[in-house]
Parts: sequence; structure tokens; C-alpha cells
Amino acid sequence: MTSNMSQMPPDADVVADLPSDEQALLERLRAGDAAAFEQLVRDHGGRMLAVVRRFLGSEEDAQDAVQEAFLSAFKALDRFEGQSRLGTWLHRIAVNAALMKLRSRKSRPNEQSADDLLPKFLEDGHQAAPASEWRNGGLAALEKAETRDLVRRSIDELPESYRIVLLLRDIEEKDTEETAQLLGMTPNAVKTRLHRARQALRALLDPHLRGGL
Amino acid sequence: MPSCRELVEFLMDYCDGQLPPEQQAAFEKHLACCPPCLAYLKTYQQTICMGKQVCAQEEQSPPKMPEELVKAILAAREAK
Repeated sequence: MTSNMSQMPPDADVVADLPSDEQALLERLRAGDAAAFEQLVRDHGGRMLAVVRRFLGSEEDAQDAVQEAFLSAFKALDRFEGQSRLGTWLHRIAVNAALMKLRSRKSRPNEQSADDLLPKFLEDGHQAAPASEWRNGGLAALEKAETRDLVRRSIDELPESYRIVLLLRDIEEKDTEETAQLLGMTPNAVKTRLHRARQALRALLDPHLRGGL
Repeated sequence: MPSCRELVEFLMDYCDGQLPPEQQAAFEKHLACCPPCLAYLKTYQQTICMGKQVCAQEEQSPPKMPEELVKAILAAREAK
């Protein structure tokens, strides 16, 4: 990963005007009102924690990243133009803080490869273990907490380099170019890794959903 | 017609409509007569949707901020 990412994301991709309650909060924040800072942290911290946990795995790192994200946001309050909701702005800062934290961690030479989770083929090109549909269509199963937990756990189980690409592309909905820039990869490498990450996640879910959870 | 291996390898491009038209048509022909590849396609797409939905739900019902973390953030702000 490169370090060419700005800690503060631009606040220009959403055109919604700031609602009056957020405007009032912003004014209090800019005036240095301690209670306003506490409100901001309490209102948005949980959501930011949920976001960074997906990237970082470690609870200690996740909490550090949320703290760093808030401190960066506090510093940048004067530059916040109110073109996006505060929550959207903080969400982007949290993702950036998580990526910074990932970069600062030592690389993981023993990271598990996703190869074992990729589909295998026979010499004639057919699937070695033919896929079958998930009994209840998968999505309906999400009504059950058990299935939601399974999906969450399975995302966490992906090797880190695959998980991060999947999170940026499929969950954060960043495009290939931006993901490539954030991770210091080529767009083609992002595409390849995303496809493998999705295949690996599918392979982790498959044994549970074939039978129907 | 592409093999199952080729279909699975280029599935993301197929789903994104990024294959040349003749290749896209060949993939559709393969899917029409290969239940395992059709099942792979459906479960691949369901995987993406399930990931998105679970993460969106998680943000709608976020975890509670640990009290110590709230205090640490506010103290760090005061200290700066």
C-alpha cells in the first residue's frame, strides 16, 4: 500500500444541504463547545467503530483508528463545507484512518492464501465440485441472525489483502481506479483480487447455505 | 463456447457487461445449458448482495461506543 492518501477526504461528492440540526451542531463544534464534541462522538462513534472493525480485525487497532479519525475530523472542522452529512464525512475519515492503520502495521508474511478457496477444475475444464444453488436463495436467509453472523465472520476470515479490496469495492462502493490508488495497486490487480475475494467469500458461505440455514 | 473454467474466470467481467458482445453471447449460451455454472453465477451474485446487506444492517444498528473510548477521544482533544 502507498501512503499517498490524504487523511482528509474531499467533501465534494454529495450535494445534500446540511440539515438544520447538523448545522447547529457544526456551529457549536466550531465554537469549541465541549458538549458538542461529546455529542458528535456519541452519535457517530458506534457506526465508525463498526466500519473500521471490518478492515482491522483487532479491536485495539479499531479503537485506535476511531480515535485518530475523530481527532483528524476535529482538526478539519473549519474545512468541512457542509456539502455532505456529517455522518458521511466521518465515515470517509474512518475508512481512511483504518487504511492508515493497516499501512502502519507490519506486513503479514504468513498471510493465508485464498487459493484453497478458489474453484478447482478438471482437465476438461469442468468444475471439479459442481456448484449448486443455495436452497433458500441466500438473501432470504439473512433474516436469521445466524446467517448474518456467518456472512460477517466469513468476511473476517478472508485473507487481509483480499478482504480490504472487497470492502473498498463492494461495501464502500469505491470504483476500481480509486481503490487502486488507495492501495497502490494497478486497476487490473484490483479487479483480479476482487474477483478472487468474492469467490473466496462464496466458498466460505457455500457449505452452510447449500443446505439452507 | 467457453469452458466452465473460462466462464468462472471471466465471471466478473460478464456480470459487469464488460465482455465483447460475441463473448457475452457465448457465455449466455453456456449458462443456458450448464446448471453448475448457472448456480455458480447466482451464488456469486448472492454473495455480493449478502455482504452489502449485512454491512449496511450493521451500520443501521451500530455497536455502542465503549465509554472508555469516548472519554479517551474527548481527553485527547482537550490535550491538543
